[in-house]
Amino acid sequence: MADEPLVLGIETSCDETGVGIVRGHTLLADAIASSVDEHARFGGVVPEVASRAHLEAMVPTIERALKEAGVSARDLDGIAVTAGPGLAGALLVGVSAAKAYAYALGKPLYGVNHLASHICVDQLEHGALPEPTMALLVSGGHSSLLLSTDITSDVRPMGATIDDAAGEAFDKIARVLNLGFPGGPVIDRYAKEGDPNAITFPRGLTGPRDPAYDFSFSGLKTAVARWIEARRAAGEEVPVRDVAASFQEAVVDVLTRKAVRACKDEGVDHLMIGGGVAANSRLRVLAQERCEAAGIRLRVPRPKLCTDNGAMVAALGAEMVARNRAASDWDLSADSSLPVTDPHVPGNGHAHTHDHVHEVAKENLYP
Amino acid sequence: MLLLALDTATPAVTVALHDGTSVIASSSQVDARRHGELLLPAVHRVLAEAGLRLDAVTGIVVGVGPGPYTGLRVGLMTADTFGLALGVPVHGVCTLDGLAYAADVEGPFVVATDARRKEVYWARYADRRTRLSEPAVDRPAEIDEAVAALPAVGAGALLYPDTFADARAPENVSAAALASLAAERLAAGEELEPPRPLYLRRPDAQVPKNYKVVTPK
Ligand SMILES: [Zn+2]
Repeated sequence: MADEPLVLGIETSCDETGVGIVRGHTLLADAIASSVDEHARFGGVVPEVASRAHLEAMVPTIERALKEAGVSARDLDGIAVTAGPGLAGALLVGVSAAKAYAYALGKPLYGVNHLASHICVDQLEHGALPEPTMALLVSGGHSSLLLSTDITSDVRPMGATIDDAAGEAFDKIARVLNLGFPGGPVIDRYAKEGDPNAITFPRGLTGPRDPAYDFSFSGLKTAVARWIEARRAAGEEVPVRDVAASFQEAVVDVLTRKAVRACKDEGVDHLMIGGGVAANSRLRVLAQERCEAAGIRLRVPRPKLCTDNGAMVAALGAEMVARNRAASDWDLSADSSLPVTDPHVPGNGHAHTHDHVHEVAKENLYP
Repeated sequence: MLLLALDTATPAVTVALHDGTSVIASSSQVDARRHGELLLPAVHRVLAEAGLRLDAVTGIVVGVGPGPYTGLRVGLMTADTFGLALGVPVHGVCTLDGLAYAADVEGPFVVATDARRKEVYWARYADRRTRLSEPAVDRPAEIDEAVAALPAVGAGALLYPDTFADARAPENVSAAALASLAAERLAAGEELEPPRPLYLRRPDAQVPKNYKVVTPK
């Protein structure tokens, strides 16, 4: 439909410079410049390296997105940008670009939440988000279980990691196994040829008294590293494929078990999985099995939309326009710890849609 | 000609409009932690003061530093994006040159700004328009000889009186000076610098905590 909002989205919360363009739920362009190769030798994302790369890549990436979408900047209905959470210096580059672009073009600006964007991107794949939707977001930066009844105004945290993000654990185990960075894809590949039941690694926070929806991957990470070191110390060969498969199984077992449980407890019949780890093939298979058994519809966007990108920001921006949410002010700032409960950063001069019932419910989630 | 000049390489967030003859509006605020928030509203204010819209601008002038990176990038990214949206050229001017141009000094002098970590960004000048050395970053004690006895302007000079005995205003760069210098150079048919950041330091590469690998591959 031509009258659906045409929005350009900018994402710079980590190491990807992403510029996406959508019309409503239709993806028109998803341009990405990544500095991942520059970080590889450090074994993790170096914030200053990422920020410098964003500044270099921004204008060419915007140009590429416009060309790919075949639209003119003048026709845009709004500019959306990740306002947070993320790396402060990296976010600031994107926010500066988005503000200047929106101002120069005379378009409304929407500073949006990175996590809500990860959820909203699924609209580009599977159409309108069911309301409510349970979302499991897993990446190198986040591991969260979120419940949303309206992605533009109501995102409630059900649980989150209490230590490392799931993707971080993949990176660290890949490093211990000398498999390089980033760890997710390579562990997935080795795991396909290994036995997931070869070694029983611990499932964090799954005891009867543990918080039902929180995650912990630090103990698992240490257990796997110790297991590998013990083998090496004994002069034995490390069965890389079996270790990768068993470690991966421990992670995806906990993730899917808790996500399905949250759906059942809350009576939610849709689960979406997003974030870089959603590209993991075993997570997709196990989530599908468990959701089917529980009568839950699983929605996972294609891998390129799961990792950080500008299209997800544009998707949430388009939803903000469609639902008449207040635009952000010109003094919008990057907020590295923007709460997940703020899907966007509305300007001061406007009324903020607020649902007080949900405010109360949110507090009750933390005993 | 209508130049929009901006600089965020020092604690100042500074914006000015220059019509080719003189500065017609300007704004400077000093707040090292809020460059990102303050810059766009300042642009809006300066344009409103001149009764103009952004699309009347024929060129962007931006201070390229050297300066603390996070703030520096706000100005550069804003300038680059304005250039893209408006289809006008974006010119870079060394931030130290802007400070030099605003200095009220006869004869050779030094410009020094605060580089944090007990260092200064600095360069030597023959006069307000002529820089003699490439911008550099050093500890003040290390450049005692190079700058000895010379008058010095900028916050870096005011911060280290042991090295810069004759420190003077201005403390921070103004976009008005930057715009005037750029207008003068453009009128003389000179090429300005590309809008690329002068970081002068390599990025801090914080290698994440590593597991001790007992047996290497
Ligand atoms: Zn992400």
